[in-house]
Formats: sequence, structure tokens, C-alpha cells
Amino acid sequence: MLILTCPYCGVAADETELTPGGEAHLTREAPGSDDAAFEAYLFQRENPKGVHFERWRHSYGCGKWFHAARCTQTLQVYGTYPAQTSAPPQAICDKISGARPGWSWRLFG
Amino acid sequence: MSYRHNDSGRLIDRSQTLTFTFDGKTFTGHPGDTLASALLAGDRMLVGRSFKYHRPRGIVASGVEEPNALVNMGHGNRMEPNQRATTTELFDGLTAVSQNRWPTLDSDIGAMNAAIARFLPAGFYYKTFLWPRAFWKNVYEPFIRQSAGLGRAPTEADPDSYEHFHVHTDVLVVGGGVAGLAAAKAAAATGLKVLVLEQTHYWGGRTPVDGGKIDGMPAQEWIDATVAELEAMRNVTLRTRTMGAGVYDHGYALGYERLTDHAPDAEGPRHRLWRIRARQIVTATGAIERPLAFAGNDVPGVMLASAMRDYLVNWGVVPGQRIVVATNNDDGYRTAIVLKKAGLDVLRILDAREAGGGALMQEARDLGLRIDCGRGIGKVSGGKRVKKVQICVTTGTGGAMEALDCDAVAMAGGWSPVVHLWSHCGGKLVWDDAQAHFRPDPAKAPTGADGLPFVTTAGSASGPMALGSVLQDGAAAGTRAAKAAGGKGRAPKVPVAEDVEEAAMLPVWQMPARAEYRLKSKSWLDFQNDVKVSDVELAAREGFESVEHTKRYTTLGMATDQGKLSNINGLAVLAGALQKPIPQVGTTTFRPPYTPISIGAIGGSARGDIFQPVRMTPMHAWHDVHGADWEPVGQWRRPYAYPQQGEKVEEAVQREVTNTRDNVGLLDASTLGKILVRGPDAGRFLDMLYTNMMSTLKVGRCRYGLMCSENGFLIDDGVVARVGEDAWLCHTTTGGADRIHAHMEEWLQTEWWDWKVHVANLTEQYAQIAVVGPKARQLLESLGGMDLSAETLPFMAWADGELGGIGVRVYRISFSGELSFEIAVRAGQGLALWEKLVEAGKAFGVMPYGTEALHIMRAEKGFIMIGDETDGTVIPQDLGLDWAISKKKTDYLGKRAQERSHMTDPTRWKLVGLETEDGSVLPDGAYAVGRGKNANGQLVTQGRVTSSYHSPTLGRGIAMGLVLHGPDRMGEVLEFPGTDDKVYRAKIVNPVFFDPEGAKQNV
Repeated sequence: MLILTCPYCGVAADETELTPGGEAHLTREAPGSDDAAFEAYLFQRENPKGVHFERWRHSYGCGKWFHAARCTQTLQVYGTYPAQTSAPPQAICDKISGARPGWSWRLFG
Repeated sequence: MSYRHNDSGRLIDRSQTLTFTFDGKTFTGHPGDTLASALLAGDRMLVGRSFKYHRPRGIVASGVEEPNALVNMGHGNRMEPNQRATTTELFDGLTAVSQNRWPTLDSDIGAMNAAIARFLPAGFYYKTFLWPRAFWKNVYEPFIRQSAGLGRAPTEADPDSYEHFHVHTDVLVVGGGVAGLAAAKAAAATGLKVLVLEQTHYWGGRTPVDGGKIDGMPAQEWIDATVAELEAMRNVTLRTRTMGAGVYDHGYALGYERLTDHAPDAEGPRHRLWRIRARQIVTATGAIERPLAFAGNDVPGVMLASAMRDYLVNWGVVPGQRIVVATNNDDGYRTAIVLKKAGLDVLRILDAREAGGGALMQEARDLGLRIDCGRGIGKVSGGKRVKKVQICVTTGTGGAMEALDCDAVAMAGGWSPVVHLWSHCGGKLVWDDAQAHFRPDPAKAPTGADGLPFVTTAGSASGPMALGSVLQDGAAAGTRAAKAAGGKGRAPKVPVAEDVEEAAMLPVWQMPARAEYRLKSKSWLDFQNDVKVSDVELAAREGFESVEHTKRYTTLGMATDQGKLSNINGLAVLAGALQKPIPQVGTTTFRPPYTPISIGAIGGSARGDIFQPVRMTPMHAWHDVHGADWEPVGQWRRPYAYPQQGEKVEEAVQREVTNTRDNVGLLDASTLGKILVRGPDAGRFLDMLYTNMMSTLKVGRCRYGLMCSENGFLIDDGVVARVGEDAWLCHTTTGGADRIHAHMEEWLQTEWWDWKVHVANLTEQYAQIAVVGPKARQLLESLGGMDLSAETLPFMAWADGELGGIGVRVYRISFSGELSFEIAVRAGQGLALWEKLVEAGKAFGVMPYGTEALHIMRAEKGFIMIGDETDGTVIPQDLGLDWAISKKKTDYLGKRAQERSHMTDPTRWKLVGLETEDGSVLPDGAYAVGRGKNANGQLVTQGRVTSSYHSPTLGRGIAMGLVLHGPDRMGEVLEFPGTDDKVYRAKIVNPVFFDPEGAKQNV
């Protein structure tokens, strides 16, 4: 059972306090988008063995959505940050680079 | 015979006698006995039957690894199958019965499977029950079900209580053997919080049995002193009878404490699940001895050498008087020496190694024991107990050199570290050639949130088996864990023990090495599931080369013991058959729990009434007093109907509908979701959430709205009221309130976070009462306080005011087609208003109505219900709700998805009404069939029933359904085959069955 620290209320929360929300940093495809882009937005997801960016909600706590950068292989958590952003903070990217030089995830890395 | 031998037995109290029964026969034992030791003391060698061949099975081990001695414990509501006799502490009055036999353990009909074992090889089920297809259901399935499962499941509710502990600790030490104690001592010295769990009821593990001196003291003295020292420390918690069940992500671990299994009359919970968060975990889980695979190694009386030693030293019990010891390592000699010293007849020590062993062999020889090197067991004969052993050359094919009459055999195949907890969360293993076992690879430990290892192994769980190195490793592990957990300070002195020099062991995976098939097919690997050397070799020949595939094909290691004895031997045999090195074959996956834990412990106190909290409206108690027949809706309970004296529930429903249509009815609508959406961008936000336009709604007015997921499917509906310039109140379905609130939060927080909107779920802040029926206005006017005339409060409007002196907000909305007012009131006033309405309503014939009457009335009007007409695959366009989808908006959630080709496909099934020709009620969920068959030979379908009721208003069955080209096929008759073999015929009609002009609601 993972422990993730909510970046809003600062609580180190057990996984049972949280709701997983799948992959982070998706771009919404509105009416007018082409079928392939819409399909990718709705259905296609990363499934890495390694660095991953995920959405979580502190459901049984402050109720806020946040993002977590973690390794699906070692379970290391590189950091959590508010969901109101479209890219991970540089400090977290740097931390990942320290642990996993040469990493990449979608457009980041 | 097996019996209580001498005055030894360090764990038992011979001054007291306990009585118990096994298969109805009375036995005695002493406090400190396990069920297994007491059965052996009573010469009960045969304790069970194997799963597949029903072979006679005796006790082979002395601890959690025991595969055979599984019994059905207790009776009635305390009956429990598959309890391990070796870990069941004896108590007075214990009752146990054997399993997997009929009619009795001694004469078992199923044993004839053994006679045809040649025809029941690995994969038998997969190969046999294939054809003919007609046999699947009525011949094969009953047969497979008959033979499936070991033991019988209890049929009565468990009367015992269970609980959970939530614990945080710096260091968790799993295992209270000498390594665990040394680790705990080292970690505790830093002042950190240390929790030590031991699965048995005593400390020290098997060291007191194996002997040796620690820091110059006899092992037991050192153990007692160390435990006393730890007990005195405030930062240390010690628990016996508590197994470390599993290790999970980020330092989470489960402990399983058995509090009253050994004392069933004691007060308190029976089991306790420890939910532990530890910074560091030390697994001092010890090692398990491996059996040797020789023919007849499953005959009762053949036992692990270490277990035979345990029974003698711990409980003073021996399985026989004339014993043969077979070993491939020096440890086997310890058993021979202990037996000999106790005065037993050790006929022969068969050492598989040509060169024999070291100092222990010399000690045995000095005691006058005969040792044959390079020899092993070719075959053990005997049915229900050992009679004879044939001795062969270890490297040969099994030709007998000599036969010895004996009544017990000790087998010592070397030791494997218990790596389960290490492996649960990703710790990797490395093959140790010298000891022929897998041991934890310290370089590949499970890692925590910081990316650093959080599990470390101690003692024989790390690999070393000699006492001195075990202690050293244990202490080092404790120090290491404490340091990683942030502990400071000097580590205490490492305990010291002098080890005897041991000679190298010789891996023996089949005894003898070139055994013929007749021997291999009697050489057991998995005793419980009947997997033999020949089965694993067959699997390899048939192409099951992956160890995970072989496991599933042969069922090796799939029994309740999860392969604790069979694993290494099995994969070594597989490696041999594949001619691959063992590490290349690898192990199967270790999964928690280490040994089975009770379902009760997992549930803890969350059962019965407190399994899930029930949400109650302010009028809940009134409904209960007035005979509500409850229906669960989400976490709520809602009255389904209010049957009166002598009335059936269905009759009550019909009466409630009729009374509401003729007079006036009251519905507790408090459970419907009420979500306030407020802010400068609230209108814009709601325009994105709903398919229709909410921003243009006037203050004081209501509008029905639909919500779709981004995938286009309808997820919720309800009436939205604009309650202010920047505020809207959104009603949701009862079950949808929390989900829709979360849906709103998600979009606001993660997509449109710069929009100035906030949402609040006010569902429980207000009670809501629907006053419905032609006399609704009269009833409300009789309470007085506000103008509810059609002019002042037209349909789909709301107004604030007062009724009977209570502040209210009245919404004029209708889900029944009647004149209807939904009255919201502060929750604390809900019951008062309800009671006023009931009292004042007497003059108008008021009656409360439940959810089923609500459903019928909405169906009579053709209103859809989320969850009936929708199932996650339905879009609003399917339901003829195009009028509620804005054509003007460029975007809303689901709009893009609804533009996809299959969403606009004209062959999507559409909503229609259905009327049976004879007025009967269509079966809910029935499919309309068409002509022809699909690829599976099934009738093609062209629609299905989504809602179906008997309408008291129309005096006939009415239904709604989704039908291919439905709206274009009015009047056509469809056929719906029921599960009762009848075919129902129904005509396609308009889904609005009642008052299509809306004359009743618009008054």
C-alpha cells in the first residue's frame, strides 16, 4: 500500500485514503479534434516499467486532486505536486534524473 | 508405533492431561502439545488423505510447512476446515475430524484413485474432460465439483469477533528465533520503536532443539535472558502467536495474531489483524527443511529429520522405535544423535555423499551408529505406515542392495531459507550453489518511497544455517535496519556461538539419481496435491517449460501449504528435465499471506450492521414505524412501499400509485443529490457539464438536464434550479450524488482550474418532500403561508416561503405526471414538516408512497430512470432525448464522443414503449429476438426490455425498451423469450402511456 504526501494539506496518506485517477497531463480533445487524437486522449495510456506520472485525489482527506511522479518498478516516489499544471515541476524532473538518468515520459524527460 | 517416549518434551506440562477427539475417538495430551504431537503420542499415524489419489497421509513436518495433517476443527458455527494439526495448540475438549476420505479415514473409497494413478497424470483434467461437448454440464462439471476442494466449508455464521490493530513502528522484526531476537536487541539499543512478531507461542525458534551455546550459555538461557531484556524496554513490543503474513508497498506489513485459538473459552477477539507501517522490516523467518524425493516418501512414518527431532525434544514424542535416517547433509546426523541419545534404535544412517560428513558424523559414529555413505533409499514399503526400507546406491537406478525392517524414516534434504516475506514486495533471490537453495539477494531488496531498501533478512532466512553465523547475521540485520530507520547509537555486542565444522552437502533431487519410472512415479514432491517427480518430468516433456506453467499444469505448490516443502525440489526436477541450471528456471511468485489467515481477521469488526454505515433521512424513523419495506439505494435505505396490516408489498405498491393519482401522496425525496454550484463562471461550467444550456436559465426557474461522461454515455440526470445570479442547485439521482459531486470537482480542479466556481454537496443539509397528486395544492394551502397558485408558481418554477410556519423552498417539478411540489426544508425541520403534511393530509386522503410507486408512475409517463434505461452504453440520443441536447453549444462533456460514427449509427437501439398483447408483465431485461442466428448459433436480438411494471392506472403491464429502429416500427409485435421457456409477445408503442398531453401536471 503506497504512501503519497498530499501537496495541499501535507498529509502523508495511505493509498486507502486516495482515489487513483490514471495518467496525468492529458490534453483534452474537444469537438473538432480528429478521431485519432480523440481516441488517444480517451483511451491510449502509458504503461511504463519505470517513471510514471499519475493523478490521485485525496478523497478521504482534503478532497484535492494532485499529481504524483513515481517509479512503478522500485515504488520510489519522486514527488507530488498540485494538479493545476500541465507539466511536472523542474525540481521533480531533476530528482528523477538523479535516480534514473536518461529517463523520458511522453514529452517530458 | 508412534508414542510418548520419555521424560523429555520441553514444551509440555506432563502434570496436566487434556482430552480431545479425532474422528470421534478420544485421545489425551498435555498443555503445550500441538494437535499433531498429541496425535502421534496416541499412535495416530494416519491423519489424512491426499487430494488426488487419496493416499494415506501422516504427519511429515512440525510447523507451518506441514502439507498433510489438515483437519476439520470444531463443529456447528465454529467448524473450520483445513486447520493444520502441527500449528494447532491442543486444548481440552478439542474436536477434529479428518478430511478427504469417505466413509472413514482407514477405509476410503477414493483411495482407488491411487490404483489407477497411471491414468491420472499431470494435466489429467485438461486432457480428459474435453469431449463430447454434451458431457460438459451434466457429467464432467458435477464430477469435477465433487472432487474439488479439501474439507467442507462451514454453513453457519461465525460467532467469534475479530479486530484490526493499526500500528506504526520504526523497525518490525518478523520471527522470534535467535536471529530475530538478536536483531531486535541490536535495533532496540538505538532507542527506536521495535515490534517483534513470533508465529508460535514460544521464543527462540528451533535453536533449543538443535542445541549449541550462545555467549557461553545454553541456548535456552540466552533466549530467556534476551526476551526478558527486551520485555523490559519501553520501546519494544513483543508478540507471540502472531505471524508476519505479508510485506507490501512502502513498509506496510500485515501481522496475524491468534489470540484464543488455543483457549476457545477466553474472552475477547479470536484473531487480530495487525496493519503495520514500518520504516524498516527485518525478516528473521528461518528456514525449512526439504524432503528427499524417493519412492514411498509419502508413507506415514516418513518424516522430515528436523521434525522428528522437534517431536522428540519439544513434545517427547517419536513416530517409531526402529528408525532409518536418510540425509544429504550433516544436519541429518543431529536427528540420529538425538534419537540415539534418547535410547531409540537408529538402524542406519544413509548418507548420500560418498565421503560422508564432518564432526557430526564422527559423533554419530562414536555413539555406535552404523553409517552407509553413498547410499540412499530406493523405496519405502508400507501402506498406512512404514514397514520396510530398501537401500540403494545414491547414483544408481534403484536396485535394492539391502532391505531393513523399520517403522519410521527421517529424511534430511537440506535447508531452504524462508524467503516469502522478502519476496512479497519485490525482493530478488540468488541461487546458492553450496547449500543448493535460493536465498535473498541483498543487492536487490524491496525498495520504499525513498527508493532505498526497506527489508533486510536476518539469520537462516539470509542463507547461513550454522548458529554462530545466524546470530551474527541477525545482529547485523538489526543494526542495519535501525540505522536505515534513523536510529543512532552503538550496537550492542554481537552474541557468539561456536559452530561445528560441517562438510559440504550434496544436492539430491531424486533418490537414487537414475531412478526408474516406477520409482519416480512414487517419489512425491507435493504431498497434498499429489505431484510426483514423474509429473514434473511429464510437464517438461509436454512443453511446460516455464516454472509458472509447470506449477499450474501439475498443481505443484498450489495446495494450502503453497509449496513450502515442494518448491525447490520441484523446480530442481524441472531444471533437470529441461537440462537447464536451476537459477535459470527460477521460482514461482511468492504471494501473501505466508500461511492462510482467517476471513474473519480480514473483515475485522466491519461486519453486520457496521459493515457499511447506512445513511438515513430525517424521516427515516417515521418510515420505519409506519411499516416501510426497505430498499437499499446507494448507502441509503429508502421505503420501497408501506404495506398496511394484512397487505402484500405488491398490493401496497398498487394502492400507493392509485392513491397518488386519485388523491395525494407523499414521497421522501431527501436522498436525491443536491449540489450547489456557485461563482462567476458557474453558468459556463454547467454548460460544459450538462448537454443542454443551463446558463440561460432564469433565476426562479428549473430545467431538466442530462449529464454525460467524456465518452458520451449518459451518467446522470436531474432538475437544475437557478437559485441566484451566480448560483445553481443541481439535483442528481440518489446513487449519483457523491459521484457527480466528485465528477464536478475533478473537472474543476484538473481541467478548468482557472474558472471561478465552487461546488458544495448539500444533499444532507436539506430534507425534501414530494407532495404529489390532484389534491397536492389543496393540502399545501391548508398548511398556509405562501401562494402556490399556478399563476404565482407555474410548472418548472420555484419559490421560497413558509408552510405551516416552517421555512421552505418549493420546486414545482414532477416525476409522476401529477400536480407535484417538491418541498425542500432544512434537515432539522424535515420530520416536523412531514408530520404536519401527514396530519393535514388526512382530510385529503394522503398516503406516503415508496420508490416502487415512484418507478411505476414515472414509467407510465415514459420518464427514463438512470440505471434502468441507461447502463453505461446508452447515449441520450438513444432515449429520444435529443430535445435536451443543445445544438447551439460548441462543446460539452460527451459532445465530441457523440460525434463518433458508431454513436450516430442509425441502427443504434432506441427507446420505445412495449405493451404485451395479453396485458401481462414483460420480464425485465428480456431480449427481443429477430429472424436468423448469429455466429454462435444464438437467435439474433433486436432489442431489450429496460423497465417493466404492472400499471394499476392502466390495469395492464407496461414496459420500456430499446429496440432496433424502434420509433419507426410503432404497432409492430416483437417476441421476447423468457427464462421460463415462455415467449412473450409485445407491441411497440409510444413510451408515454399516460396523459401524454400533461393535462394533470399543468394545473
